[in-house]
Amino acid sequence: MILRGRTIQPGRVTAPTLVSRQGISFYGGVDPESGIVLEAGHDLMGQCIAGKMLIFPSGKGSTVGSYTLYRLAKNGHAPAGIINANCETITAVGCIIGEIPCIDLVDISLIPDGVVATLDAEIGTLSW
Amino acid sequence: MQLTADQQAMLEGQNGRSKQKAMQILSTLGKIYGAEVMLPVTSVQVSGVSYANLGEAGLDWLSEMAVDGSRVKVLTTLNPAGMDIENWQVLGIDPQFARDQNRVLDAFARMGINLTCTCTPYLIGNLPNLGDHVAWAESSAVCYANSVLGARTNREGGPSALAAALTGFTPAYGLHLDENRRPTITVGVEVQPTGTWQYGVLGKAIGDRLQGQQSVPFITGIGHASLEELKSFCASIATYGGTGLFHMRGITPEVDNYTAPEEVIQITQADMQQAASKLQKALLDEVDFVSLGCPHLTLAEVARVAELLAGKKVKKEFWITTSRPVKRLADYAGYTTVIESAGAKFAVDTCCVVAPIEGRFKAMLTDSAKACYYAQARNRFAMHILPFDDVVLEACR
Repeated sequence: MILRGRTIQPGRVTAPTLVSRQGISFYGGVDPESGIVLEAGHDLMGQCIAGKMLIFPSGKGSTVGSYTLYRLAKNGHAPAGIINANCETITAVGCIIGEIPCIDLVDISLIPDGVVATLDAEIGTLSW
Repeated sequence: MQLTADQQAMLEGQNGRSKQKAMQILSTLGKIYGAEVMLPVTSVQVSGVSYANLGEAGLDWLSEMAVDGSRVKVLTTLNPAGMDIENWQVLGIDPQFARDQNRVLDAFARMGINLTCTCTPYLIGNLPNLGDHVAWAESSAVCYANSVLGARTNREGGPSALAAALTGFTPAYGLHLDENRRPTITVGVEVQPTGTWQYGVLGKAIGDRLQGQQSVPFITGIGHASLEELKSFCASIATYGGTGLFHMRGITPEVDNYTAPEEVIQITQADMQQAASKLQKALLDEVDFVSLGCPHLTLAEVARVAELLAGKKVKKEFWITTSRPVKRLADYAGYTTVIESAGAKFAVDTCCVVAPIEGRFKAMLTDSAKACYYAQARNRFAMHILPFDDVVLEACR
């Protein structure tokens, strides 16, 4: 299956999907050293986003979250790629400065959890 | 999005790696929010200055942006840092933190940024005119610039503000456009607030009602408001309501371009009392920390503190936060000597929202509704709001 979206940060990567139905707050909600989700009550609570094709509707919370994504990228614990329904400023800036491939405007309800998918953010496609 | 030849050249890296990164950020934000063009900005206010918030990752990124010698194109000032740059020892700041904070400031200095660290850039010469496009971070200053000055800015984050400073541009969307500055809801205020604390309470009362709706309130019923009262109101309504722009009948410069929207909410005396009671959680006898200067004090406010403290001694830890230029004026006018003789401390360049004081005190007394929010949420202090003069007098009790 192939989904088409809009390029936020270009790049090409293949990784297993990790799907959340909830918004993610990178500042405070994700451990910047390990990539483990810390937000109590979150559907990814306790899971690690490092190296995953991370799929979630939209970012939320403090703008410092952009720096958290950058820090994860620098220490090798960033998601391999990010797919959003609607990308907002915090995630977009984090993906640009951390050079994490990212697309949005995708119907994320069609993406299964735990499959190996390929993101070609140069042309804005996700396939598995 | 239409880029000019110069902007396209930046995006392609012809002006260096930093300006390329900056233009990538701006053009992507423009794409996300449907901007058609870039607008030249006349000034920038950058947030993400305290090492306590930035961490090593943020510092790494700033250092990377500073590495190729790119310099800002317009007047650019900074948000409060995590410490008083000259006087951090007296305030109990850890020496390692001080070294890290200075590394952050060095990176900003290399980019040609003015190192005045304040949440009130409009008090120290970063003062845009009606209709000017600017790129400001710091939610209270964004609200003041849009509403009171009639300049135009979105609520920028640290990286997007820095990107605007390095390129001189910001994408044309959101509050830069006429159609998004129209009021969406009328807020009838049935009581005339007095003093900074009551304007903070009003900001909370309105903000709590509007939360998350991205509305532009059209506020009626306010007869008069001073600079200090508007400063307090902007900080509070931005904190509690996420408001980036309001219009206030008889007060703000764009209000006469519009008529009051049909949807109306009323703020009554009972609403004000309820909002105030939520900001008076601590018992006065528990207070071990007194704080004035959120947002940073004006010269008139510093003068008032000196007048009230003359010949007295403070009995609690009392911090007065303001900008370096206002402190220099206070030195010159003799206020500093009076205030410090009474035992109060200036915490210049910083504030209680960004300094690393989490858990250091039990209960904070202030005149600021915004400071109350962060005292509780970030620093885990109990808090109590009182009128400005009463805060000073209580510090001496």
